[in-house]
Amino acid sequence: MTQTRRQFVGSGLAVLAAFAGLPHLANAATLDEAIQAFTAGADMGSDGITLIAPEIAENGNTVPIEVTAPGAAAIMILAAGNPQADVCTFNYGPAAGSQLASTRIRLAGEQEVVAIARMPDGSFKQARQNVRVTIGGCGG
Amino acid sequence: MISRRHFVQAALATSALYGASGFGNWARLAAQQSLTQDQLIGEGGPGNVTLIHITDMHAQTQPIYFREPEFNIGVGIHAGQPPHLVGSEFRARFGVEQGSALDYALTYSDFEAMARGYGRMGGLDRISTVVKAIRAQAPHALLLDGGDTWQGSLPSLRTRGMDMVTLMNALGVEAMTSHWEFTLGSDRVNELIENHVNPAFLGANIFDAEWDEPVYDDYRIFERNGTAIGVIGQAFPYMPIANPGWMFPELSFGLRRDRIAEVVEEVRAAGAQVVVLLSHNGFDVDRQFARDIPGIDVILTGHTHDALPEPIQVGNTFLIASGSHGKFVSRVDLDVQDGAMRGISHRLIPIFSDVIEPDPEMTALVDETRAPYAAEMSEVIGTSGSLLFRRGNFNGTWDDVICDALISQRDAQIALSPGFRWGAAILPGQEITREDIYNVTAMTYPAAYRTEMTGEMLHTIMEDVAANIFNPDAYYQQGGDMVRVGGMGYRIDPAQPQGSRITEMTLLSTGELVQPEQSYVVAGWASVNQATEGPPIWDVVENHIRAQGTVTLEPNNSVDVVGG
Repeated sequence: MTQTRRQFVGSGLAVLAAFAGLPHLANAATLDEAIQAFTAGADMGSDGITLIAPEIAENGNTVPIEVTAPGAAAIMILAAGNPQADVCTFNYGPAAGSQLASTRIRLAGEQEVVAIARMPDGSFKQARQNVRVTIGGCGG
Repeated sequence: MISRRHFVQAALATSALYGASGFGNWARLAAQQSLTQDQLIGEGGPGNVTLIHITDMHAQTQPIYFREPEFNIGVGIHAGQPPHLVGSEFRARFGVEQGSALDYALTYSDFEAMARGYGRMGGLDRISTVVKAIRAQAPHALLLDGGDTWQGSLPSLRTRGMDMVTLMNALGVEAMTSHWEFTLGSDRVNELIENHVNPAFLGANIFDAEWDEPVYDDYRIFERNGTAIGVIGQAFPYMPIANPGWMFPELSFGLRRDRIAEVVEEVRAAGAQVVVLLSHNGFDVDRQFARDIPGIDVILTGHTHDALPEPIQVGNTFLIASGSHGKFVSRVDLDVQDGAMRGISHRLIPIFSDVIEPDPEMTALVDETRAPYAAEMSEVIGTSGSLLFRRGNFNGTWDDVICDALISQRDAQIALSPGFRWGAAILPGQEITREDIYNVTAMTYPAAYRTEMTGEMLHTIMEDVAANIFNPDAYYQQGGDMVRVGGMGYRIDPAQPQGSRITEMTLLSTGELVQPEQSYVVAGWASVNQATEGPPIWDVVENHIRAQGTVTLEPNNSVDVVGG
């Protein structure tokens, strides 16, 4: 995109224009590095973790997501296509009533949101969902 | 779980409608001579629960012409599946005879000739006759409205939805869900709900944006005939994206699959013996809902304006598609025993306005809502030299007129008209009234803007809209048609990924390829941006048609569909 943000918003068509465009390539090094640092390269299952995120974001600046992983010691959230892929990590003590995290994150464009849970036995689980950030405006 | 026997009956009930001979061919058989009201309404099927479904009326109280799409491409698992069948494919799939009344109602083929033979369809007073007839047979029948009811005509725009609220109350609608309703602004919607709207206003996926809590009722349980029917509402999921979010800033929508699955369980736990999703998701999304969410017996689909003469079965869920603009009413009879649905029969009732008698009470009420605007609406602006229609994935001749109007009246090189699916058709030779123009433009963000865009930005917009329509995963679709383009041609390959679908964008005035870095003057309407400036689109179109006198269109070959 050579268009500046101001010009694009001024186009009169695009409300989410600043975030729109082609799917951004994941910042693979950053994403892989962050996952490597958390899991040390361990294999990850996909059962026992649920990630709830919108299929299409209403506002790419503040995308609500929710993760549950019963019994987890920690849950890491990553935005694969953001310049800084590592969003945050929630840690749960032994007295935690539930292992749930709900927050809002900013997404730079269409990309995968990734959640990884570390279980007390040292195993890992992950869930992924693609979140689309669009221009919109033509629903009929 | 569901007996075969009843599905045989379902097939019979529908085939009774189009299997009956005597519909003849379209060659000037007046609809009245070959069809009767009783034949159209029928008897209904066995069972103890009766649902009546109407949806996507778009405030059309009068009989209209509405041409079904010639292009309706499905992608991914939806390719080649209903409702993505048109013309001969549709006839073959559902056993509809070419030239029959149902062919006219359900496909685009020979539209002009058949329209002259079979006449207009819809009309709220005819719908009222059908609803009353069904209620006479089944007093326990539950009348449900899938939304897109309060928008789409001059009176609904001027009364900010009040005309349709009054009329749907009188029709006896018992629950509704929503989409375009919110383009009246959430304040107005709430004002109507609090003071005037009789039906339960349901939307299990409408949440407060700040606190992430449900705002409206998720469901209502209706006790009928000793049976508890749980009706869950699902509003259009992509409201703030496809329509102006600033008009309802405190609301968040979304598919909310997990939430809907929870509500299904909640409704069962509350005693519902049968669960109905009154949905404005769009058909493909609902088909995926049926696969992904257990426990829904019937989905009354909406939004994508599809009309199907049979239910589509997905697992133990049945999807009903009841069309749009008042063209059809669906009657669904369910046999619910011991807390489970044992059988279903379904009848898509086409509202042939020359066959079904108007209900005089409803006629009077409709006339009352129209009276203040009658003179203004009936003014003749011009004459149509072509068939003007809206529906189709890429182009509609009505939008060709609108794009021509934008280019000529706003002095633009390229015009964009949104891929709305609502709007009545006009036959060649028919006078175009102001009401007709409002029927394809009446909405609350009509400013016809004029701006400059680079070729690259145009490409980005086209790709984005194409990705909303042709995403192989229906959960990422928004359900409109492709943005209509005037002054520019392009090639589209729907099967490609985003960024690669649109190629060969060409400026028609010069025949040159659109250059990414170059700026072009673009006019359009229906921007979702707040404070968009420009005259309302209906004035632009009216001035254009006045200047033209008779509106004639050259065939539009500017969109080259790969594999289409």
